[in-house]
Amino acid sequence: MANYYTDHPEIGFHLNHPLMKRIVDLKERNYADKEQYADAPVNYEDAIENYKRILDITGDIAANIIAPNSEDVDLEGPHLENGRMIYASKTYENLDVTRKAGLWGVSMPRRFGGLNLPNTTFSMLSEIISAADAGFQNVWSLQSCIDTLYEFGSEEQRAKYIPRISQGETMSMDLTEPDAGSDLQRVMLKATFDEENNCWRLNGVKRFITNGDSDIHLVLARSEEGTKDGRGLSMFIYDKRDGGVDVRHIEHKLGIHGSPTCELTYKNAKAELCGSTRLGLIKYVMALMNGARLGIAAQSVGVEQEAYNEALAYAKERAQFGKKIITFPAVYDMLSRMKAKLDAGRSLLYMTSRYVDIYKALEDIARERTLTPEERQEMKKYSRIADAFTPLAKGMNSEYANQNAYDSISVHGGSGFIMEYKCQRLFRDARIFSIYEGTTQLQVVAAVRYITNGAYLAHIKEMLQSEVAEDLKPLKARIEKLVELYEEAVAILKGSDIDSHDFLARRLYDMTGEIIMSLLILDDATKAPELFAKSAQVYVQMAEANVNGHYTYVKNFKAEDLESFKAE
Amino acid sequence: MSLNIVVLAKQVPDTRNVGKDAMKADGTINRAALPAIFNPEDLNALEQALRLKEQHPGSTVGMLTMGLPSAGEIIRQGLYRGADTGWLLTDRGFAGADTLATSYALATAIKKIGNVDIVIGGRQAIDGDTAQVGPQVAQKLGLNQVTYAEEILKIENGKATIRRHIDGGVETVEAPLPVVVTVNGSAAPCRPCNAKLVMKYKYATCPMERKGDEPWADLYNERPYLTLNQWSVADIDADPAQCGMSGSPTKVKNVVNIVFQAKESKTLTGSDADVESLVQELLNDKIIG
Repeated sequence: MANYYTDHPEIGFHLNHPLMKRIVDLKERNYADKEQYADAPVNYEDAIENYKRILDITGDIAANIIAPNSEDVDLEGPHLENGRMIYASKTYENLDVTRKAGLWGVSMPRRFGGLNLPNTTFSMLSEIISAADAGFQNVWSLQSCIDTLYEFGSEEQRAKYIPRISQGETMSMDLTEPDAGSDLQRVMLKATFDEENNCWRLNGVKRFITNGDSDIHLVLARSEEGTKDGRGLSMFIYDKRDGGVDVRHIEHKLGIHGSPTCELTYKNAKAELCGSTRLGLIKYVMALMNGARLGIAAQSVGVEQEAYNEALAYAKERAQFGKKIITFPAVYDMLSRMKAKLDAGRSLLYMTSRYVDIYKALEDIARERTLTPEERQEMKKYSRIADAFTPLAKGMNSEYANQNAYDSISVHGGSGFIMEYKCQRLFRDARIFSIYEGTTQLQVVAAVRYITNGAYLAHIKEMLQSEVAEDLKPLKARIEKLVELYEEAVAILKGSDIDSHDFLARRLYDMTGEIIMSLLILDDATKAPELFAKSAQVYVQMAEANVNGHYTYVKNFKAEDLESFKAE
Repeated sequence: MSLNIVVLAKQVPDTRNVGKDAMKADGTINRAALPAIFNPEDLNALEQALRLKEQHPGSTVGMLTMGLPSAGEIIRQGLYRGADTGWLLTDRGFAGADTLATSYALATAIKKIGNVDIVIGGRQAIDGDTAQVGPQVAQKLGLNQVTYAEEILKIENGKATIRRHIDGGVETVEAPLPVVVTVNGSAAPCRPCNAKLVMKYKYATCPMERKGDEPWADLYNERPYLTLNQWSVADIDADPAQCGMSGSPTKVKNVVNIVFQAKESKTLTGSDADVESLVQELLNDKIIG
């Protein structure tokens, strides 16, 4: 029987990384839960075995329930009834099966009914569910909003809300408004304190809210009257059971039809403050967005895989000119690049999620006790590198998902343009990945400081220290050459005026991503040549051409050239 | 009322995707080529049992299976989905059983379990396709039976209301408890394995499944629920003569792997002559009559 986890050993490979031991030891606090919970692991090996079992269950559900439902969900979509959003009928089936499988509250501690999974495992589940239905992945993975409530909410709020998520209640993050999209500082939804009832009240409109009719919302609202920037914004918890929020409209979208995008009206809706006032945007939403960006990276990898699978299966079956089309160089060129982007992009995703896991686990331990100086240092190190890697993982993978979906249609030829084939849906679904949770252009903005301050370069140089398999040494030598070009390009960027700097940043961002992924896939191919040797060859070849191209572009660019680019 | 439910389930070779190597030269099933799975309609039965458990708090669901020690997997699969316990009948004395000896062993085990309100299993197993075991168990226990069940609608006042799948439609029947129910494949599919239950029971085994060198062997002393019930012929006080090969009047002479080919097909029209010749052929082959 098909299984989206066991069918792709490339996913499970990433559980073998040496950092996993540290992550699991931190996350499980020396396996103290085993005395109290029958499902808690007794040691590291047991924890990894648990992760594999959960991935196996999810792979089964994804292949045999969610994927078969995905076409109907895409065609039906959600609809509006008396101010409430009604999912496509098979979305309810998907929700039911994930609840029965216990795949909710997965990142939460066991005392709140959760599974205490690290982000790396959560991202794997996300990827698998996304491969089956990217729209449903949104509905499911928005449960990770609970991480923010856990981090910044009171113990009372944790006890009230987290067990409900572990039971399968859904979440949303209500951030954007008609005039506040990428620029969240302009949020106007009004929060006022109701002295009489000793609670906050929310009034206003939110727009483009994914899964906006969820059970528990995290809402960004302006609590400080008269303020106009991010410092006047706070984060609130709205419980649907209290009422006061209606769905006014559901957007008709190009893709991810299973994921309802709602416009919400708040009419004196009762809400609880989460954390402190004024920290809503500058602290809490930033944490929320970082988690969400990693979620989109996982969603993208899922679609990269599915687009590749669809193309590969079609190319093996379809014959033209008396031969299966998979035997034509023009076709296997596309297929091999799809697979290389998938393998390299996935490696970047899980490297990022491991960095996130270490610092988040230490942060959580710091809520219970004082960290040792070594631990504090470790937390700082991984927090910084996770911040640097997250925009790379999100931006690069969301672009790769689009490229793979495009190539998947190309491999299908005319059939790919027909609505009966899945690749057209993947193409429509993928388009939003490089837009929401920050466009690729904004991922570049988030990453550029680490380009100019040399953080990536230092990391790349550290990665170059790793030993690679004998037969991969020539590839490594080629990457070393790319790093030299990169270093030169970084120096040019640092020396350029502000407009040229912003203009060239994307090229440097792509170079950074491609060099880091080249090194990651090289390492993977060293450890598991049977899985990654081909992709390492293909990826480095491709990265080499791109990095050289970007280098030439940056090197030959002059400030006065900008005039020719300015749109009028 | 709380119910004591026993689910009959069988580990079978997956005959749904049969390849060229499915049979050995001697006509027996090549078990190495066919993965062992949970008989599909038994999963439908398990789902009905688990729904009853949810509707009637305090109920228990136990998995009863007979087979090799590796059939412990059937009990684990039940536990992963919400069953409470299980019993594996495993013993050389049970080996080679036909449906009569199987139903004798199962019925004897059910008596040993005692006070069972509902015995529920799949309509039939995909390896034998006999659909005899459920009805025979009912007969041996002297219980009512409802076959081809699609949904147990309710249990009230000591009676089960059950919708059956019949030719050309459905019918709803009532049966007093205790009752034996066999479930049709058109019933609701079984729920998935639950993450927490899988983590809890993943090392649960019956003693004969163990090699003794498992890295988690210590857990068997600390966690009694990791040891599954394993019953022999003697454990259920069964008559050895009625078990296994000796209790089985059915003797398999040979098994033939038949693959129909297009050239063996025959096209018949609706003419009287064609119908007549078909009826005659079926009578001659003793397929009808």
